[in-house]
Amino acid sequence: MSKVNDRSRDIGEYMMRPDDDIIICRCEEITKGEIRKAVYEGMFTITEIRRYLRTGMGLCQGLTCGKLVKGIVAKELCVSPSDLEAAMSRAPMRPIEMKVLGNEKRGGE
Amino acid sequence: MKRYDVIVVGAGPAGLSAAIEAAKRGLKVVVFDENSKPGGQLFKQIHKFFGSKEHRAKIRGFKIGEELLKEAEVTGVEVVLNAIVIGLFLDKEVTVNVNDEVVHYKGDAIIVATGASENMVTFDGWTLPGVIGAGAAQTMMNLHSVQPGKRILMLGSGNVGLVVSYQLLQVGCEVVAIVDAAPKIGGYGVHAAKVARCGVPFNLSHTIIKAEGDQYVTGVTIGEVDNKFNIIPGTEKHFDVDTICIAVGLSPMSQLLKMAGCNMEENPKKGGFVPVCNEYGETSIGGIFVSGDVSGIEEASSAMIEGRISGVAAAFRLGFIDKEELKAKAGELEQALLSLRQGMFGPGNKGKDITKTEEDCDVSINLLKKGYMTDEEVVKYPGVKSIKGIHAVIECSQNIPCNPCQDSCPKKCIRIGDKITALPIVDEESKCIGCGMCVASCSGQAIFLVNEDYEEGYTYVTLPYEFLPLPKKGMKGVAFDRSGQEVCDAEVVEIKSLAAFDHTNLLTIKVPKEMGMKARFFK
Amino acid sequence: MRITKHPILGEVNKGPLVRFDFDGKTFEGYEGEPIAASLKAAGVMVHRHTKKDSPRGIFCAIGRCTDCVMVVDGKPNVRTCVTPLVSGMKVQTQYGVSAKKQIKL
Repeated sequence: MSKVNDRSRDIGEYMMRPDDDIIICRCEEITKGEIRKAVYEGMFTITEIRRYLRTGMGLCQGLTCGKLVKGIVAKELCVSPSDLEAAMSRAPMRPIEMKVLGNEKRGGE
Repeated sequence: MKRYDVIVVGAGPAGLSAAIEAAKRGLKVVVFDENSKPGGQLFKQIHKFFGSKEHRAKIRGFKIGEELLKEAEVTGVEVVLNAIVIGLFLDKEVTVNVNDEVVHYKGDAIIVATGASENMVTFDGWTLPGVIGAGAAQTMMNLHSVQPGKRILMLGSGNVGLVVSYQLLQVGCEVVAIVDAAPKIGGYGVHAAKVARCGVPFNLSHTIIKAEGDQYVTGVTIGEVDNKFNIIPGTEKHFDVDTICIAVGLSPMSQLLKMAGCNMEENPKKGGFVPVCNEYGETSIGGIFVSGDVSGIEEASSAMIEGRISGVAAAFRLGFIDKEELKAKAGELEQALLSLRQGMFGPGNKGKDITKTEEDCDVSINLLKKGYMTDEEVVKYPGVKSIKGIHAVIECSQNIPCNPCQDSCPKKCIRIGDKITALPIVDEESKCIGCGMCVASCSGQAIFLVNEDYEEGYTYVTLPYEFLPLPKKGMKGVAFDRSGQEVCDAEVVEIKSLAAFDHTNLLTIKVPKEMGMKARFFK
Repeated sequence: MRITKHPILGEVNKGPLVRFDFDGKTFEGYEGEPIAASLKAAGVMVHRHTKKDSPRGIFCAIGRCTDCVMVVDGKPNVRTCVTPLVSGMKVQTQYGVSAKKQIKL
C-alpha cells in the first residue's frame, strides 16, 4: 500500500510551529496550523482536507491556495506533493450565480 | 445545442494560433475566453521577444498580439469574450456562462489553451494590501496605465521577475531590490543586466521574513537562507516599500481537463499538473487537445507554435486534411519549436548546473549571482573585441536561441550561424558604420557601440535607452557601470529615435577614454 | 499615480473622466477602466475586510483571486479589477459579505 493511503501509519503528534498563524486559504481564512492539525486528525487526502476545512471552496475555488495546501499536507505526511491525488474538479469551474446557473438554455438552436 | 468543428478554450497566444490554423483549413471554429479582452497575457508584454525571425524575434509582445488578432479576424475565427467555460464533459460538450446564461455547445474537437496561474509563496503579512502578483503589476502598468506603487520589492529572479522589474523602472517606480531564495538568478542574464545597471541590487539566497504594515504594506524585512532554506539569524535587512511583487513561477490551469477525464500527471518539469499528451497535443481522450502553458509552462513563442500544431492536428482528425499535410506542416512547426527549446534555459537543461557555454567559454558567475558581468569576465566573450574606430560590443554571454543581431547589421559585422543559440561573434575586420541597428535590435539590450578613436581623450558609447524623459543633446550627467555604480561624468552627444528602432532610443554619451568599457548606463 | 506617457506604449488615451462614489466620498476615474484602477490611482489600498477583519486589496488584478471584491451598486462580491467603471457608480468597502461594518462585541 502506498504511503499516502496507509492510514495505519503513525505520523506522530501535532506539534505547533512558529508559522502556524499564516493564512493559506485566503478566501476562507484558513491558517497553516489548521491544515496541519487536520492531517493529524486523520485527513490524509486533499479531498478530505477540502471538505473538512473548506480550503479551496471559497470564492476563488482553490486557484490561489491549491498548490500551497498540497505542499503542506505532503510535508506532514512525508511524501512528495506529486504523490497526493488532486481534489476532483467539477463544473462549474468558476463561481456562478444561482440565477445564471438556473438560466440554462435548453433544446436546439 | 450549437455545434462547431472546433471549440477553443482560451483566446491567448496558443488558443488564437490553434483557431487560426484550423479555420485556415476550412473548419468552423469558435474561441471562448473568460476575459473581456483577447490575447491572454500577450498584451502586457511590452518587451521585444527573443528567438529568430520565424519566432517573431525583436517584435514586442503586444504587437504580436495585435497581428494574431488580425489574422484571426481575417481567417473567420469567431471569438466570444466574457464567456466562461464552466464545464467540459464527455462527448466533447462544453457549458459556457455567457450573458448571464449557461449555454451548451458541442465540438468535434476541443482545444484547451487556458494558460497558467501564478504560484504563491507565503510569509508573515502576505495578505496585506500592497502584496501583489507580478502579473498584477504588469496589468496595472501596461493595460491600465496606473503605477502599482512607488517603492517595490520583487520576489523572484526568473524571467517574469526580471522583466517586470524593468517595466516598473520604465514607468518611474523604484525597485528597491530583487530577492530570490535560490543561489542563482533564474532568468536570462541579459534581463538581469538591464536592471542591474540601473542600480537595482540582487539579494540571492534571501527570502521575505515579514511584510510590515497595519492596513497595508509599509515595509518589508528579508533574511538570508541556508541551503535548507532556513533563515539565518542576524542577516535581516529592512526596506521601506509600499508594494511587494511575487514572481515565483506559474502552474498550468488544467482543471477542465481533469474534469473531462483525461489522464493527468504531476510533472515538475512542465510546472505541475498537466494532461498526458502526444506530440500533437492530443490528450488521452481523442479529439481533446491542449496547447500553450496549460500543457507545460514555457514562453509565448512556444505557446503559439504549439497552438498551431494542435490546430493542424485537429483539422486532420476531422478529416479536413490528409496525413501528408499533417506530417509536413507539423514537422515544420516542430522544428521551430525545437530550436526554441535549445540553449542554457531550455527545458532539457532545467535544473542543471551549467558552467561553460557551447563555445567552451566560462559562464559568468557574477552574472548569475549579482546580475552583471565584471570587467574581467566581459572581455572573454566573442562579441567583445577591441577594434579601432566605432564597433559593436556584444555583451551576450549565455546560449539562448536568439539571432536578430546577425540580420540587423547591414555590413554583416555580426555572426551567429545556423545554430541560433551560438554566442554572437563580432568580426574583427568589420567595417562598422555606426548605424546602431544592432543596438536597437537586441531584445536583451546587450549591444553597445564603442568608439575610442573619435575624439582625443574620450570614448563615445552608444547604449539602448527606453526611459522617459529622453535626455537631450549636450545634457551633462553621470555614467553608471554594469553594477549600477557611478563611474564618471558623461555628456550626451546624440540621441537617435527612429521608427526602425521601435522605441529603443540610441543614446550616445562621451566619457573619459578609459571608461569606454565600463560606462553602460546614464542618468 | 497615473502614467500619462509610457516610453514604449506612448501617450495614454483613456475615455471620459467620470465621477463615482466611494464610501460616501466623490472620486474621479476614467469610464471603462476597472474600478480597481481608479481606486489605485486615487491611492486607495484597502478594498475590503474579511470576516476576521483582515484588510485586503488588489492581489492578482485579473479577476482570479477575488481579494479585491467590493460592494458595487449594492451588490457584494464584485471583482473590482475586472469590472469597468461607470459614471455614478456607488462603490463601498466590503466587510465580510456586506457593506455593513461588523460590530465587535
